[in-house]
Amino acid sequence: MSSLINAGLDVRRETHPLTWRYNAHGGAVLDLAGYEALDGFKALRQALDMAPPDIQATVKNANLRGRGGAGFPTGVKWSLIPMGADAGRKYLICNADEMEPGTFKDRMLMEELPFQLVEAMLVTAYAIGAQVGYIFLRGEYLLAAERLRSAIAATRAAGYLGARILGSDFSFELHVHEGAGRYICGEETALINCLEGRRANPRTKPPFPQQAGAWGRPTIVNNVETLCNVPAILLHGAEWFRSLSQGRSSDAGSKLYGVSGRARRTGLWELPIGTTARELLEVHAGGMQEGLQLQAWLPGGASTDFLMPEHLDLAMDYDTIAKAGSRMGTGLIMVIDDQQDMLKVVSNLMMFMARESCGWCTPCRDGLPWVRKVVDALAAGQGQAGDIEWLRGMTRNLGPGKTFCAHAPGAMEPLQSAIKYFPARFEQGIQSV
Amino acid sequence: MSTDNPQSKMIVTDRGGPFILSDEEQRAIEQAMHHYEDARAATIDALKIVQKSRRWVSDAAVEAIAAVLGIAAAEVDGVATFYNRIYRQPVGRHVVLVCDSIGCHLSGYEKVYERIQELLGIQPGQTTPDDRFTILPVVCLGACDRAPVLLIDEDTHFQVTPENVAAVLEQYA
Amino acid sequence: MATIHIDGKSYEVDGADNLLQACLSLGLDVPYFCWHPALGSVGACRQCAVKQYSDENDQRGRLVMSCMTPAADKTYISVEDAEAKAFRASVIEWLMTNHPHDCPVCAEGGHCHLQDMTVMSGHSLRRYRFNKRTHNNQNLGSFIRHEMNRCIACYRCVRYYRDYAGGSDFGVFGAHDNVYFGRAQEGTLESEFSGNLTEVCPTGVFTDRTHGQHYTRKWDMQFAPSVCQGCAVGCNISPGERYGEIRRIENRYNGSVNHYFLCDRGRFGYGFVNREDRPRQPSRRHPDQRQTLSLDAALDLAAGLVRNRARVAGLGSARASLESNFSLRTLVGAERFHQSLDAATLALHERALHSLRLEQVQLPSLREMEDCDAVFVLGEDLTQTAPRVALALRQSVKNEALKQAAARKVPAWNAEPIKNIAQHALSPLHLTMVQATRLDDVAASQYRATPQAQARLGFAVAHAIDAQAPAVSGLSAADAALAARIAADLLAAARPLVISGVSSGCSELIDASTQVIAALLRQQRKPALAQVLPEVNSVGLALLGGRAIEDLEAACLAGEIDTLVVVENDLFRCLPAARVESMLAKVAELVVIDHQMTATAARADVLLSAASFTEGDGTVVSMEGRAQRYFQVYDASYYQPQDCLRESWRWLHAIDRISQGRTAAWTHLDQVTAEIAAAEPALAAIVEAAPDARYRIAGLKVAREPRRYSGRTAMRAHLSVHEPRQPVDQDTALTFSMEGYVGPQEAGALIPFAWSPGWNSPQAWNKFQDETGSLRHGDPGVRLLHADHAADYLPVPAAAAAGWRTVALHHIFGSDELSLRAEVIAGRAPQPYVALPATAAYAEGETIELVIDGEQHVLPVRHSATLAADCVGLPAGLVRVVPGMRLDLGKGR
Ligand SMILES: Cc1cc2nc3c(=O)[nH]c(=O)nc-3n(C[C@H](O)[C@H](O)[C@H](O)COP(=O)(O)O)c2cc1C
Ligand code: SF4
Ligand code: FES
Repeated sequence: MSSLINAGLDVRRETHPLTWRYNAHGGAVLDLAGYEALDGFKALRQALDMAPPDIQATVKNANLRGRGGAGFPTGVKWSLIPMGADAGRKYLICNADEMEPGTFKDRMLMEELPFQLVEAMLVTAYAIGAQVGYIFLRGEYLLAAERLRSAIAATRAAGYLGARILGSDFSFELHVHEGAGRYICGEETALINCLEGRRANPRTKPPFPQQAGAWGRPTIVNNVETLCNVPAILLHGAEWFRSLSQGRSSDAGSKLYGVSGRARRTGLWELPIGTTARELLEVHAGGMQEGLQLQAWLPGGASTDFLMPEHLDLAMDYDTIAKAGSRMGTGLIMVIDDQQDMLKVVSNLMMFMARESCGWCTPCRDGLPWVRKVVDALAAGQGQAGDIEWLRGMTRNLGPGKTFCAHAPGAMEPLQSAIKYFPARFEQGIQSV
Repeated sequence: MSTDNPQSKMIVTDRGGPFILSDEEQRAIEQAMHHYEDARAATIDALKIVQKSRRWVSDAAVEAIAAVLGIAAAEVDGVATFYNRIYRQPVGRHVVLVCDSIGCHLSGYEKVYERIQELLGIQPGQTTPDDRFTILPVVCLGACDRAPVLLIDEDTHFQVTPENVAAVLEQYA
Repeated sequence: MATIHIDGKSYEVDGADNLLQACLSLGLDVPYFCWHPALGSVGACRQCAVKQYSDENDQRGRLVMSCMTPAADKTYISVEDAEAKAFRASVIEWLMTNHPHDCPVCAEGGHCHLQDMTVMSGHSLRRYRFNKRTHNNQNLGSFIRHEMNRCIACYRCVRYYRDYAGGSDFGVFGAHDNVYFGRAQEGTLESEFSGNLTEVCPTGVFTDRTHGQHYTRKWDMQFAPSVCQGCAVGCNISPGERYGEIRRIENRYNGSVNHYFLCDRGRFGYGFVNREDRPRQPSRRHPDQRQTLSLDAALDLAAGLVRNRARVAGLGSARASLESNFSLRTLVGAERFHQSLDAATLALHERALHSLRLEQVQLPSLREMEDCDAVFVLGEDLTQTAPRVALALRQSVKNEALKQAAARKVPAWNAEPIKNIAQHALSPLHLTMVQATRLDDVAASQYRATPQAQARLGFAVAHAIDAQAPAVSGLSAADAALAARIAADLLAAARPLVISGVSSGCSELIDASTQVIAALLRQQRKPALAQVLPEVNSVGLALLGGRAIEDLEAACLAGEIDTLVVVENDLFRCLPAARVESMLAKVAELVVIDHQMTATAARADVLLSAASFTEGDGTVVSMEGRAQRYFQVYDASYYQPQDCLRESWRWLHAIDRISQGRTAAWTHLDQVTAEIAAAEPALAAIVEAAPDARYRIAGLKVAREPRRYSGRTAMRAHLSVHEPRQPVDQDTALTFSMEGYVGPQEAGALIPFAWSPGWNSPQAWNKFQDETGSLRHGDPGVRLLHADHAADYLPVPAAAAAGWRTVALHHIFGSDELSLRAEVIAGRAPQPYVALPATAAYAEGETIELVIDGEQHVLPVRHSATLAADCVGLPAGLVRVVPGMRLDLGKGR
């Protein structure tokens, strides 16, 4: 059973660079011929005729921003990797650890269109001069693993992968590395530690992975969706990519948006970046389920601030959502209906965050479990005077810069916004003596 | 004054019995090692390879893996115990992973979870006396649009309800 | 240098430091956990947060971890900022959520970094109202106790044990708030440096089990600056005493020697001091029991025995101080002053020392060895013979990583990226040894062969460095290639280091090391050389001189000696029992001065109870030629008035003077030391090893007891309700009391324990240091060795004939006489054995009869997979070993 993908959309090559093949093919594209018939490896051929710096420039001009959650400009990231003959071995890693609760877009891209990611990695590797690539895949994505592996094998057999690809000087090896389950592996430096067979504690930055990543070598880590945009950018140009937002946002491209929670038709759609949340929920997902009202929503995963029904008309892009006090994150919204106890919702998020802390830095390791216990106490009506103020203090003390990586600050986002928007529910949790 | 050959596959367990990686396991681990610049990187692959054939990873298996990879057992175990999906204790024939993250919470996974515990008569972390099932929680399985979700062995089950979960479990002998 | 601005004041600091280091160097208190001066920064604990401002106009600033922020020029920070302080208090509060409320029963209490930081951060009210998580503990062996519930997850233990000490049987397990530090499976920690965990851990997870057995709070112990007696490295230690018993050895910082770390022999091997069977009063032998003597009676008796000097001989000791050996030599005369070494070994020691006097050769301190970027070790299993040197070499191999990191602008304190960048790259360490060693894992090459063959490889290296050095004929192609590789590494290094020593008893190895140095000098390099000698004062004794033990034996057998005076030595460890017996049979009176009831002491006609290093003062010279003074920790007679322990030099001097009918001339240590300095030009500098007895800080002597020392008035209540005066220390600038100076102003050599207001844990050392990591008033000790001859090439020794030969195998736990007398060390020592290569025609466990020096031994065979052909290994100190002795093993090879 697949996600509902692009239901009700008029999907075209020019407007849906990430998913058009799925619709054109009438489902998953799992054979090389089928993929080749849909412009497959056209971008790779084109790339091999270009100089790597030109590809980097194109991607920079396209204003592609990282779809892993932080929205960092991809071209800028690439430009920090040393190029030239003495740069030595370099790695490209695809972050396919997708473990952010509420997020299921990379799964779809890999399960339904595995060749597209393989080609994307080939083009990117060529652009940054990487010789070896890894798809760092979360271990639970068994179907994706199988499909990617067979796509890689077919790609290699066809001469698109391996030594001297298509007769060029470019050689590239690609492996699927399956994780063993830890949300923190999605953090790019923790991911590299995990790839190296270590505990997935994040690494000190600087040096950044572009300088010293996997095995100390220059490394680029990009999200699945980010990478999947690259071939189309090459084929159609930066200008075209920027126009995909159709004026809805200053951000460029299309975006895989999704809706989960108790909406009528949960699923996934490729839409111009900057599409409003209201359109996502009401048009594409068909609104809330019978008898339910929207209480709040998470714009892009468990580590983004809650937004309220009054925010539905905001454009779902990085800057607009940030201005409203949250983050677009992965862009897959989760709706919280009015039958949900917000304290239980927050407790669930805190349970996840506390459990998935890597245990390296004190605030996160020891602070999050405490936060969760206090939220639970409030949810059970056993809160004590001062608990809410204490929680507010924790949202500051576990905020950005205070912890070693962005995990704990991410955990604080839903908490701080829940306190902000639902103060009464928190007050109610204080035990009346 | 050790006479151990670090390459040797045979490791004596603390319980006295020998633990030997099967040829297949050994080969699979060695193949995984070729994917990386450094053999250590195959640690997780190796743990999963052993777990696949033996359901769980024993102390002796940790040592055997360490010997193949040429790193310390303490390091292999540090990795094995870090990750959620490596089992360092015996599990049943089928591991029922119940997603307990927010998407499934909104869809009422708790009821499904309770029903499973009721049906199997065990709590999360436990194994049925007939060794058939072990129940464990798992983080978001990336299918929130089809919640609640279970992962049993290699099968993902979507939109599981307290009513249909018995039938789902029935599929596993 | 960089100018940084802290809370509105400007300071000059070392720009290569991070802000935490810079603040601590300035004497500012910034709390921290995961940072350690020797381990660098990882930014895990978040305790060291300070506010950083972008410039002088920035009012808002942001919190940064001072340990992870470079102390760059024009940095503006605030330590006192309210937000920073509140955040630091929160960090402690988080750490405390799972920390048990067990300070009263915790062996760390009172010298606990966590306590100190908790107080410093101002966290005093516990708000956490939920359950604490708990862990199981592991039995980690007889040295270390494990109490995981106290863990605050700073990761220092695992970083020390694995990254610093190279141990592999320790790790971190689990994740989130369930991280566990220990072994994969319960069992004795394998590292020879495990004891440092007790100081590296900021709380009570890893504590000293030997201390726990007779636990005393740090503030209730009396300390003295002391020197480890375990080997010739001369690590500085702080022994702590209570009730007349040594309760613990703690590391004493010396920035040139051991800095923060000791080996386990040094830390846990103190038990010999507390032995019940120690001679505590002088006694005389009666047919079958010992009769206790008064001090005066003993002196009169002994004086009577030495009156006819021509017929008195003395045996000195490398485990006794210069003062004691010198006093013996003064008593018996240089002609009849002996060492416990046979002529060959004596010559070997002299040769080793001679090599250190080569012109232009660098004599590295232990700390300087860490900076060497290519090391060649010839025939020393350093982990066993000079353990702390092995730990230093483990750091030396990291220079390559530091170099690579520096090229990518990663500062030396940024620990994790350095490892990542370097991966497996190590600076070269080349080892030759008869079998595998514990340093092999970081060695670029391990050459396993007989000592003679190792020496020839060394000569080949010299030839490969400088073609003028004689070539070695008959070398295999592989050996020649190895020699070329070692030569290339040494030539390429900025600071090459060569180490050999006497443990294999092979003089060619010393010559080989000298030859390599000579070749490097000819190639205009600046090589460093170290020679490992066995005992705490081996170098001192070599400088003092003394004849070989065969001469003593011969004189005794010839009937020339009536009275033999043995000082802190055991004849039965020097010679086979039968030879000792025949020797003693010819001597009318045996006078033994020792603090241990050795086999020799048990035979003494007159036994004088010597002070051990904890009951007396003295000077010893380490393998780098560093004269260091150790100081008396406590006065035994304060608790046991009948005890009569005196430094050997006091006994000897008194005997000397009484026998001449004169009164004592040396009543104070400084007088003896000055006398030695005057008599022995090579030892002239020893008076500077430490300040003399007149030294004062603001008019005060230095207190041996911490300010909080408690219960003094009650300590002796069971003996007498009258509190006696505290003993008075005439010999030194220290007091047996808490009255006196306590704090960071002391001269380096006079710091009894690390303490500064607010800093009770060993981390207090930062209060005593300057920025470079040396003690503010100078690192203790004075170097004695000076160049006196130019390097010259030596002829290449011939290859040894094939056939079984004995080799000495040393054991950190077992080969050293004194520490072996400590129960926990004996428990770790091997049973006597004979090691054979696995190819030998003997089965493991089979017993072999060996005749060594006329003495018969029946020993079980232990196979050593790595022992070189022709080698028969015997455990030094556990079996008598005559190195290089030919053996007929019957069954052949
Ligand atoms: C706790 C944590 C979890 C993360 N998980 C993921 C993830 O599952 N997938 C992902 O692509 N990025 C994840 N990220 C973001 C990555 O660190 C990184 O920014 C991203 O892979 C960069 O790719 P992009 O530039 O293409 O977005 C996570 C970050 C944090 C702090
Ligand atoms: S915030 Fe700290 S403990 Fe949490 S995941 Fe990041 S590094 Fe680990
Ligand atoms: S000492 Fe700076 S973060 Fe731990």
